[in-house]
Amino acid sequence: MELTGAQALVKSLEMQEVEVVFGLPGGAILPVYDPIIDSPIRHILVRHEQGAGHMAEGYAQATGRPGVAMVTSGPGATNVVTPLADAYMDSTPFVCITGQVATSAIGTDAFQESDTTGITLGVTKHNWLVTDAADIPRIVREAFHVATTGRPGPVLIDFPKDVATGTMEWYWPDSVDLPGYHPPSHADPSAIQAAAALVFAAERPVIYAGGGILKSRAAEALRELADLTGIPVVTTLMARGSFPDSHPLCLGMPGMHGNYTAVTAIQKADLLLALGSRFDDRVTGKVSAFAPKAKVVHVDIDKAEIGKVRRPEVGILADCRLAIEALVEAIRASGPVDHSRLVPWIATLHRWQTEFPCTYDRSEPGNAEIVTGGAGRRPTLKPQFVIESLRASTPSDTILVSGVGQHQMWASQYWSFEYPNTWINSGGLGTMGFAVPAAIGAKVGRPDRMVWAVDGDGCFQMTAQELATATAERVPVKIAILNNAYLGMVRQWQHMFYEERYSEVYLSPDLPDYVGWAEAMGCVGLRVESPEEVIPAIEKANDVDDRPVVIDFRTDSMEQVFPIVPAGASNDDIVVYPSQSAPIPGALQ
Amino acid sequence: MSPDHGPNVPRHRLLSVLVENKAGVLARVAGLFSRRGYNIYSLAVAPTDDERFSRISIVVDVESSPLEQVVAQLDKLINVVEIGELHPDEAREAELLLVSVSADADQRSQVIELVGVFGGRIVDVGHDALTVMVAGTPEAVDDFESLMRPYGIAGLQRTGRIALPKLDGRSPTAEMTARDIA
Repeated sequence: MELTGAQALVKSLEMQEVEVVFGLPGGAILPVYDPIIDSPIRHILVRHEQGAGHMAEGYAQATGRPGVAMVTSGPGATNVVTPLADAYMDSTPFVCITGQVATSAIGTDAFQESDTTGITLGVTKHNWLVTDAADIPRIVREAFHVATTGRPGPVLIDFPKDVATGTMEWYWPDSVDLPGYHPPSHADPSAIQAAAALVFAAERPVIYAGGGILKSRAAEALRELADLTGIPVVTTLMARGSFPDSHPLCLGMPGMHGNYTAVTAIQKADLLLALGSRFDDRVTGKVSAFAPKAKVVHVDIDKAEIGKVRRPEVGILADCRLAIEALVEAIRASGPVDHSRLVPWIATLHRWQTEFPCTYDRSEPGNAEIVTGGAGRRPTLKPQFVIESLRASTPSDTILVSGVGQHQMWASQYWSFEYPNTWINSGGLGTMGFAVPAAIGAKVGRPDRMVWAVDGDGCFQMTAQELATATAERVPVKIAILNNAYLGMVRQWQHMFYEERYSEVYLSPDLPDYVGWAEAMGCVGLRVESPEEVIPAIEKANDVDDRPVVIDFRTDSMEQVFPIVPAGASNDDIVVYPSQSAPIPGALQ
Repeated sequence: MSPDHGPNVPRHRLLSVLVENKAGVLARVAGLFSRRGYNIYSLAVAPTDDERFSRISIVVDVESSPLEQVVAQLDKLINVVEIGELHPDEAREAELLLVSVSADADQRSQVIELVGVFGGRIVDVGHDALTVMVAGTPEAVDDFESLMRPYGIAGLQRTGRIALPKLDGRSPTAEMTARDIA
């Protein structure tokens, strides 16, 4: 069967069981947009290519399947570099197809030409420039294989126009032949035995669960390990939802804005089981002062992560789920597990949880605004209260998406995550503008779930044009803007570390008019100014299922994220909410 | 490239990297070194006896970049098939030098004599200069280069080091793969 390159590409995507492509056509990719018309694959027409990329990421994080975006050459390709970099940092499986000028024109500075494979070399797991239509099925198969196996990540296929219009004899490869690519799977049994021995010897162990738990679908295995051993679990920003927040052993999020107990448990631990986590600087703080008493077992599928930041006592190169299952088996085989050894440790943790929960000063009901000396009026609505109310008013399996900044940290702190893949955010790259398109991608992938985005006013303005996409494609996402009229996290740092010299952080609560913006894009727009209005507005939004909803929550601009470990400081120097009494350093039963 | 660092200076280690012989592979390897801040001291690349693969010999500055990280990151490149670290004691290393030396009629015979000692060849003769090719161990090539310096060097090109493990039974450790290093 003879096909054009474009037909072969679309057919290859069908063979990979792609159900949706997020994209925007243009000159070089035009030939591929013709066979798309006849394909069962759904195409979602975005308003900006960055949106296509983040939608593919949101789709991937919500479903566990690779997201696919398709854009044209030149500016189309460069616009998708940010999502590629984002997916690379957060190990999100993402297949990006870019149009390219004809092979004969490559290197001539042709119209809309860019060196896409060169530009994306450092932000993709691998990329391919197709030079022969006959290679298309092989390359597509390889691309999906690389994106979804081992440590997942973004890949890119650069697709010249003459390859798309050329012809090939259709085939589908039986297998993938990549002689240099062998993702690890099972753990070395002797390393598992060594890890088990450390577990039995530990008195203050902590499981430090990272995003690898979700990527390897190890949530169930993790729960089994925790229940079997009685070891408490911290879940990093990328691992929220991999272990239920309601579980008695869950300590929540560690790191720069982690809660006191999660941060301090790591600092006082004598054993750290790092499972699919990578000792990111936002978790470790000052590396030399991180978990100083702990022996470390580090399970990762990426060899380069083991020993990169902290040299483990036991390094286990393996798929996280397989390694945890093997560890559970090894521990079981050693006979019944005695939890009594951990009783003092668990008691200490409970004491910290009681003394230093994440907290904030609740506003008095009745007043939407308070008069401030010299600064006019500001809202009394607390952003944390909005998130708590949202959690209380939505199903437990709601998918929560966030942008980057204060609202992201509050969302992670005050939401209670009960299921894997219910939390989608930009962790490693910290991409402002992630939330709106990622929420759309998540809702496309999981139409059965309620999808809420918690966004900042700064973030929202970066990608909110995609609300037009959501309306046009009938993707009923819900966006809660925590509108504090500032680039809040930058403001907080200027407040804390730059002597309150506020430089270029004020945005205004009214410009743009977010309700007007929402309505202009075919969404329902609501505004909330006082605490009493919060839950009724959320309930109203929950009832809308035929279009997106945007709620402009006017929140207190003075509110700051606590706890905080100042950048570069030791986690021992954690600063809790000002109204909480200062912790006693080194307090340990 | 500074000639001050001999092959036994421990800050330099040689990686023998087998890669797929595909367009852009060298850019992937070089790009990895640049974006992770690793320093390359020398680099040589050529096809192997199997046309599907090429071998890149990289001398890495391990003072600036931990070797284990370099190897692990390299191993993640899809086109990298195998990585061996070759310790100088367990490898046969060679390098090729082309040098144009000023040599008038009086000096010419001295130069030709030295070329003979080093097993090199005269590849071009001008009125007052010679171009010489010498292949040998990196140390021998260093020595030859310094012996030529007093005559006046008009042009010089070295290929960078290439190497294979010794055939003396110790090669399994020398041919240590990336996996073993971790």
